[in-house]
Amino acid sequence: MTTDTKQLETLAKSEYKWGFVSDLEADAAPPGLNEEIVRFISLKKNEPQWLLDWRLKAYRKWTTMEAPAWPNVHYPPIDYQASVYYSAPKPKKKLGSLDELDPEIKSTFDKLGISLDEQKMLAGVAVDAVIDSVSVATTFKTKLKELGIIFCSFSEAVKEHPDLVRKYLGSVVPYSDNYFATLNSAVFSDGSFCYIPEGVRCPMELSTYFRINAANTGQFERTLIVAEKGSYVSYLEGCTAPMRDENQLHAAVVELVAMEDAQIKYSTVQNWYPGDAEGRGGIYNFVTKRGKCAGARSKISWTQVETGSAITWKYPSVVLQGDYSVGEFYSVALTSKRQQADTGTKMIHIGKNTKSTIVSKGISAGRGQNSYRGLVKIAKSAENARNFSQCDSMLIGQQCGAHTFPYIEVANPTATVEHEASTSKVGEDQIFYCNQRGIDTENAVSMIVNGFCKEIFNELPMEFAVEAQKLLGISLEGSVG
Amino acid sequence: MLEIKNLHARVEGKEILKGLNLSIQAGEVHAIMGPNGSGKSTLAQVLCGREEYEVTAGTVTYAGKDLLEMDPEVRAREGIFLAFQYPVEIPGVGNTYFLRTALNAIRAHRGLEELDAMDFLELTREKMKLLKMDESLLRRSVNEGFSGGEKKRNEIFQMAVLDPKLAILDETDSGLDIDALRIVSDGVNSLRGKDRAVLVVTHYQRLLEYIVPDFVHVLAGGRIVRSGGKELALELEAKGYAWVDDLAAKTGAR
Ligand SMILES: Nc1ncnc2c1ncn2[C@@H]1O[C@H](COP(=O)(O)OP(=O)(O)OP(=O)(O)O)[C@@H](O)[C@H]1O
Ligand SMILES: [Mg+2]
Repeated sequence: MTTDTKQLETLAKSEYKWGFVSDLEADAAPPGLNEEIVRFISLKKNEPQWLLDWRLKAYRKWTTMEAPAWPNVHYPPIDYQASVYYSAPKPKKKLGSLDELDPEIKSTFDKLGISLDEQKMLAGVAVDAVIDSVSVATTFKTKLKELGIIFCSFSEAVKEHPDLVRKYLGSVVPYSDNYFATLNSAVFSDGSFCYIPEGVRCPMELSTYFRINAANTGQFERTLIVAEKGSYVSYLEGCTAPMRDENQLHAAVVELVAMEDAQIKYSTVQNWYPGDAEGRGGIYNFVTKRGKCAGARSKISWTQVETGSAITWKYPSVVLQGDYSVGEFYSVALTSKRQQADTGTKMIHIGKNTKSTIVSKGISAGRGQNSYRGLVKIAKSAENARNFSQCDSMLIGQQCGAHTFPYIEVANPTATVEHEASTSKVGEDQIFYCNQRGIDTENAVSMIVNGFCKEIFNELPMEFAVEAQKLLGISLEGSVG
Repeated sequence: MLEIKNLHARVEGKEILKGLNLSIQAGEVHAIMGPNGSGKSTLAQVLCGREEYEVTAGTVTYAGKDLLEMDPEVRAREGIFLAFQYPVEIPGVGNTYFLRTALNAIRAHRGLEELDAMDFLELTREKMKLLKMDESLLRRSVNEGFSGGEKKRNEIFQMAVLDPKLAILDETDSGLDIDALRIVSDGVNSLRGKDRAVLVVTHYQRLLEYIVPDFVHVLAGGRIVRSGGKELALELEAKGYAWVDDLAAKTGAR
């Protein structure tokens, strides 16, 4: 074994930087899952009957389903009856402004470096912060309101805009879609709702920070974004979580709907606790994200930087229904320690002249296992559909693994589908070259990996790109070197 | 400045350097020549601390310090620079960014403050002129897609910016066209000075017409089998290495 490898391994043992637990008084449901709990959640949230019915349908469906076995990830069976399905921080009083935010919550955000303060607002970022499944702070609403943009917590949307929610909820990811999405449909706690009216270009990046907090609480976020004809929105989602002993299940659902000529750009930086060196205590991140290009010439782009979680199971997808619609997927997934990621995308071409681009960069270090799983499906109706996929893997050290599972189904002969794949190692020669120029190994690896991901970072909004780069640096420092 | 005594080194269990002695004083330029596979690059890598090359015996003293004790990046920061025989590509990492990171790491080690992007640009502009570097190369990723000659020139450009005390050039001349050879040589010569030393590894006498060495050594069978002045290079060019092999055999270096 060489020094470089040894050094990488030492660094792999350093601690998760943001592992702290804030002490919010939780208002929680008893552990376990049954119809009563589903009703409890709905009642707690004062929901209309139709939503309760929808939840119950999902719950009943879920009891007949089994967790998928096909992902290339391994974990002990989850005891769904041991989890708590509802917990909410108690706001001390109704919030008129950020100054009134629970100081505990405020300091948690500060530690994370998430600025909910005026500077951030001036920088043009409206933040809808989610702590323990319930939105506690929403900013910049007035400005958005003037434009007719709705950006609020999911619960609030259910109250204030029930027709919109009812129309689109489950329209992209049906309640019966898959094991985890169905579970989410039954017990989802809160999340974000965003509606951009016809012809409106959202003037700022909308962003949500997620945080899993109360011990042993599975978190079930629900996000719904609807972009009407000719509108545009860029949405940022970023998160990190405190250190934990038990595995925490996170099964979110994100649905995007883009009408004619509308564009949705959805960017994620995910940094949940990956577990200790043995993989204990990390987050299980089983997410269903899907967008529908419903109208002609609409466009949906997913950009994700995934550095956290013990297990990631996530395939942000696009259904290209409108003619000339465009779907994009840009992804960086980093696994180290004992992290496992099975991630990729699905591009379902239905409309004519639809186009999709997939660029995936997987980085494996430590004992990380990284799988790319992608489906490109060209339906019979999709005349002249085009897809380009590029999947690059990078290995750091000897004990990690990278796997690629591209699936291509073409039912229309006019389609063009291209797939490129590469695997490279962060070579001892590259590290030595940097060392020889005075750069230490930790910085060298960070630099090499960031270089490898550059194409993806270019897709992120400026501010986020910087954060993502830092995050990758931190993750490497804490996990690779 | 550099004192190598009885250096033995092996790679993959195979002994390559077998008792090499070499002494370089500040202000001198030394050339090392020798047949393919004789251990020239191995020597260069060992001096720079490459892990795969295991030193099994001998000592190397650099500026009064035990060189073999230092990590590779520390050696670099202490002023050792290697122009690689095969420069490495680092996709996605900007040439300028890379070089500025390197320079600032070296400056920090020497207690100097960091250069910001503007100051750095100033510095590089001058060196670029010296090496007639095309600005577009700086905007590209480190060595990625560079032609063989461009890579070599980039090495010397980096050297000029990093301003080393001991520069080791491993076959920098191979792959360079005639004009580039002259430009690169000018770059190296501009670095010559009483506080600095240069160690040039080459197969060709031509380079030594531009970078005139004070000493020429022949490396064969893992040892320096012969040393002389610059005329030795001419002699080698005329006679080839056959006689060196004899010499190596006689001295028991094989
Ligand atoms: N990493 C390695 N693994 C195995 N063998 C190696 C390694 N590096 C060098 N060698 C061997 O060591 C010997 C010396 O190699 P070295 O590169 O030092 O020669 P050189 O004198 O620089 O040759 P050239 O003039 O061709 O550049 C060769 O036989 C080479 O195959
Ligand atoms: Mg060589």
